[in-house]
Amino acid sequence: MSTKWDNKIKKVAEDVYQLDKEGAMNVPVKIFASEKLLKKIKSDDSIQQGMNMSCMPGIQKQSVMMSDSHQGYGFPVGGVAAFDTEDGCISPGGIGFDINCGVRLLATNLERKDVDKKIKELINALFENVPSGVGSESKLRLSDEDYEEVLNTGLNWCLKNNYATKEDVERCEENGHMRTADASKISPRAKKRGRRQLGTLGAGNHFLEIQYVDKIFDEKVAKIFGLREDQIVLMIHTGSRGLGHQTCGEYLRKIEDEFSDIVDKLPEKDLAYAPTGSKLAKDYLGAMSAAANYAWCNRQLITHFSRNAFKKVFGNDVKLDLVYDVAHNIAKIEEYEIDGKLKKVYVHRKGATRSFGPGHKEIPKVYRKVGQPILIPGSMGTSSWILVGTDKAMNETFSSTPHGAGRLMSRHEANKKFDSEKVIESLKENKVYIKAASKRGITEEAPGAYKDVDEVVEVADRVGIGKKVARSIPMGVVKG
Amino acid sequence: MKYKYLKHTADAKFMAFGSDIEEVFANSALAMSNILGETTKVKGVKEHKIKLKARNHERLLFDFLEELVFLLDTENFFLHKVKKIKISKTFVLEAVVVGDNSKNYDLKSDIKAVTYSDMKIEKTKKGYEATVVVDI
Repeated sequence: MSTKWDNKIKKVAEDVYQLDKEGAMNVPVKIFASEKLLKKIKSDDSIQQGMNMSCMPGIQKQSVMMSDSHQGYGFPVGGVAAFDTEDGCISPGGIGFDINCGVRLLATNLERKDVDKKIKELINALFENVPSGVGSESKLRLSDEDYEEVLNTGLNWCLKNNYATKEDVERCEENGHMRTADASKISPRAKKRGRRQLGTLGAGNHFLEIQYVDKIFDEKVAKIFGLREDQIVLMIHTGSRGLGHQTCGEYLRKIEDEFSDIVDKLPEKDLAYAPTGSKLAKDYLGAMSAAANYAWCNRQLITHFSRNAFKKVFGNDVKLDLVYDVAHNIAKIEEYEIDGKLKKVYVHRKGATRSFGPGHKEIPKVYRKVGQPILIPGSMGTSSWILVGTDKAMNETFSSTPHGAGRLMSRHEANKKFDSEKVIESLKENKVYIKAASKRGITEEAPGAYKDVDEVVEVADRVGIGKKVARSIPMGVVKG
Repeated sequence: MKYKYLKHTADAKFMAFGSDIEEVFANSALAMSNILGETTKVKGVKEHKIKLKARNHERLLFDFLEELVFLLDTENFFLHKVKKIKISKTFVLEAVVVGDNSKNYDLKSDIKAVTYSDMKIEKTKKGYEATVVVDI
């Protein structure tokens, strides 16, 4: 099928495509995808949204689209853009509603054979211990002071209250604490929405998954990450719940009110941005960072509850060591060489994972020699991947790599096409046991509704913006 | 037809119809809620009063839908129907919504947010139509 993009997009290298600057664009768009994935990307509005990113003020070098890109609101999901910290902007829609939606991976001291016969028992224990689904409520009753501390200090609060170990804090992006956080910039309404959701999985595409490592691609790096074949690992995918969603929405409206002259000229209202240097840009940075801290505490509390569930089934000797925790919806201040000079920029990653290469000072010491771990979850019931960050990503993609499979069809289409009983049946045939808070939600997350995660990872590996370390296969899923 | 769903890769997009502005608001609330569950099967045993003021119809619809998301997240309130709704010329909305505890039903997803993208309210020959995208 030919599209309006065919003549505009040119291949500049293997798996790399470019759309040159035109009209109001300040920089070109670079798409990192195979021919097959590019075809999918062309089929919705994501490339137009990529061009819109390129029109934003103070954007540096190029806007980037990953191979798992699809249409979002404002920026495409899978979009990365870096803006001048003095003469640029911060855009809530360039980060996403689920601020610090992310993934963490825990490595156990169990083997596949230890879990094979107990998978149902284990998944049921996890389901009991970790609240999931719509309306799931936190087991915690926090005082106002504690809640503020969660928002301002992130994992430090968890460490202080024995929900995290020192190693957990060390092995988390930003050590689970954005220092730019300012809880006072989060509205009472957003705080109320998130209050009883802290330590809950949520619904939609969020999940807990028991997996086994089925293949190692880089023995040396896998060993440093603490991974080996047939090992049982736990993957957690969730974000900042209603607190983050509310915060993003409110700031979009605040920006619309204060900068109506800017917003009126935008092709989409969700591209709304606050110019750097404005009070609103500073406020949003404080609020977004606090929401990011909330998300890290959320994943940490779920880790704590999961450890308890594992102990119930396997006794007190079972270990779940954090490998790493990555954010894939976030904006950060990072430094890059642009036009021969080192420059601080606001990197927006909306459905993209950071990929710092060897030696970067922000990588935990244990991994610093080889690069940061990158965690790419598959769709429900398909494989997930562990990659390692590279120097090439620093030059090509503002140290970013894909974040997952990426949706292929709308939820509505998926509902029409798939049947929940059949999806459960086919998961069973593949020896994946699923426990879901909502049966209705299963069809929307059917593996067929997503792109092929293996292909997404192959592209990242071939281009060199993330190198394959290990692949894991699911045995059981808890779905919200 | 009260509403219909439109194609959107990641999110849920719908168009709601009404002979007057009140009806298009009420049908938008139904369209959004039916993404999660079946409102016709929900009992009307709980009641909430909503009062909002905004500067135009789009913003008022956004606030109205967002209030329903807020009630679901904070009070487990899930909609059966909009019992009463009145919108003044100065964009003041007063509504009574009825529904039940969400935990009594199989709801498939959270609504993260009502988004601004593609949000429109237009006057047609037959009345009004609203287009809304929600992030789920």
